[in-house]
Amino acid sequence: MDTTATAEVDFDVIVAGAGIAGSVTAYRLALQGHSVLLVERGPSPGSKNLSGGVFYCRVMEEAMPGFLLSAPIERRITRNCLSFLSASSFVNLDYADDRLAQSVTAVSVLRAKLDEWLAAQCEEAGVMLMPGVRVDALITEDGRVTGIRAGGDELSAHVVVAADGVNSLLCRQAGVRGPEPLKHLAVGVKSVIGLPRRVIEERFNLSGDNGAAYAIVGDCTKDLGGGGFLYTNLESLSVGVVLRLDDLARSGESSAELHDRFLTHPATESFLRGGELLEYGCHLVAEGGLAMAHDLTRPGLVVVGDAAGLTLNTGFTVRGMDLAAGSALAAAGVVDSALKRGDYSQEALDAYPRELDKIFVGQDMRTFRRAPLFLENPHMYGDYGRLLSDIMYGVYNLDTTPRRHLAAGVGDALKNSPLALLPTVRDALAGVRAL
Amino acid sequence: MSKNPWGTVAERLDRNRYETDTEQSHILVNQAEAERAGAGPLLARICPARVYSEQANGEIGVLYAACLECGTCLAAAPPGVLSWSYPRGGMGVIYREG
Ligand SMILES: Cc1cc2nc3c(=O)[nH]c(=O)nc-3n(C[C@H](O)[C@H](O)[C@H](O)COP(=O)(O)OP(=O)(O)OC[C@H]3O[C@@H](n4cnc5c(N)ncnc54)[C@H](O)[C@@H]3O)c2cc1C
Ligand code: SF4
Repeated sequence: MDTTATAEVDFDVIVAGAGIAGSVTAYRLALQGHSVLLVERGPSPGSKNLSGGVFYCRVMEEAMPGFLLSAPIERRITRNCLSFLSASSFVNLDYADDRLAQSVTAVSVLRAKLDEWLAAQCEEAGVMLMPGVRVDALITEDGRVTGIRAGGDELSAHVVVAADGVNSLLCRQAGVRGPEPLKHLAVGVKSVIGLPRRVIEERFNLSGDNGAAYAIVGDCTKDLGGGGFLYTNLESLSVGVVLRLDDLARSGESSAELHDRFLTHPATESFLRGGELLEYGCHLVAEGGLAMAHDLTRPGLVVVGDAAGLTLNTGFTVRGMDLAAGSALAAAGVVDSALKRGDYSQEALDAYPRELDKIFVGQDMRTFRRAPLFLENPHMYGDYGRLLSDIMYGVYNLDTTPRRHLAAGVGDALKNSPLALLPTVRDALAGVRAL
Repeated sequence: MSKNPWGTVAERLDRNRYETDTEQSHILVNQAEAERAGAGPLLARICPARVYSEQANGEIGVLYAACLECGTCLAAAPPGVLSWSYPRGGMGVIYREG
């Protein structure tokens, strides 16, 4: 089979999907002087997209220099909180650090605004943006992807980039990637609650454009795999739950009710009080980790971002946006040299997964490869939160009975918990190793 | 359910922006297959937008205009029950925050 395209094409590259992965890929390739078409099904880029909202954005300084100065970011995250919730209590691990404001590794974002801005940068760099158009299928000839079908039209390219997000119907229809097992997916259900700036800064103990991010486990999901999140924007809060689909399907619980239950839990409610609901939405999260990052290339095709399963949930942080941008950088580099050499074969494009392995994307996916398995442990979501809350109750409930050392209190709490000491210690060690 | 200060799901979705495709639904249910697999209760509770409802005649109602296009139903439904695609270009939910 001849894998070097010589025929005339409509574009050097067609990118399907203008999320972070698609826009960064398109931008980088346009800067290299290639003709790039960026197709987005939403009427404007970002109008279909939703995330929790903390973007570990260092990678953007390489992808789009000047990002921090001009992108529509909400707040710089300087306070990170991990909360274990039980029905009546919460135990917080609260980490605030001014160094985070200096180094700016994480910012809160709202995707409708961010993605629109990213696509505008693409247009400025010479990308042809086509919003409001759904790509209906990839066109393949002799096992090689040669273009796209959209609204009855066919457009050809040397390389097609599938950046169509976690469901990636395009890869599925083309038989490149099959449906993922349910445990590799979670649904995020989110509300954006508007509050005055001053109120947010008081409630979260913030100043200026500093921000806080809460990751919550335990009662917020009624012990289902997943967790809650609460992030500060300039004048709103992003709040919601992430529910692993295998547990959700098995459990008999309703996703909307679990979202409501979390928003009305006393610990959450006190932050949201008096706010105005601006938007209610939902989106899938890729949770499979390394096990989901397979089949990233075909002759004439590269897959980037969520479509490639590149998301990491470590329990402390959900990371997908930075991996989307990182995979886009890697893909753009490989596609650029493929275009320069006129070689779009499987072999040529397989440089892309190798490139991913060299940078933080592949390395972090590998480092945290045990995280999905660790987070599958059902105790993570219920019993440990209750255990922690019983220990803390013992410490602070000074009811005139004589106090004992913490270790004895932990022993008592463990005795009253369905957890056994040895597996608990084992889980703790597994956690340290996985995360 | 509506003791919740944020209103019912339907009330919340009313505040969202949609461009509804009035000509065709992007979700089709194979009712016979759904009944055989008993998929009704599952679909009704996993969908965050409450698009699916169990009707008196045993069929599954589909309020496709409320769909938030997450793909949860497609992932979780037993094979053969749903035919689901994204709405046609430009149609469907339009997030203003995200
Ligand atoms: C609730 C939730 C919380 C999260 N929290 C975080 C977080 O705090 N931090 C973080 O880093 N990540 C987080 N993530 C993950 C993050 O949102 C994703 O990893 C990231 O959005 C992936 O970007 P992407 O560009 O690959 O895909 P997407 O953002 O999904 O973009 C895909 C694009 O393709 C378009 N598209 C799809 N199909 C077609 C088609 N057929 N034709 C044309 N266009 C199409 C879509 O409209 C969309 O614009 C979260 C996700 C969720 C759901
Ligand atoms: S895609 Fe999501 S919002 Fe739409 S019907 Fe399915 S589960 Fe509901």
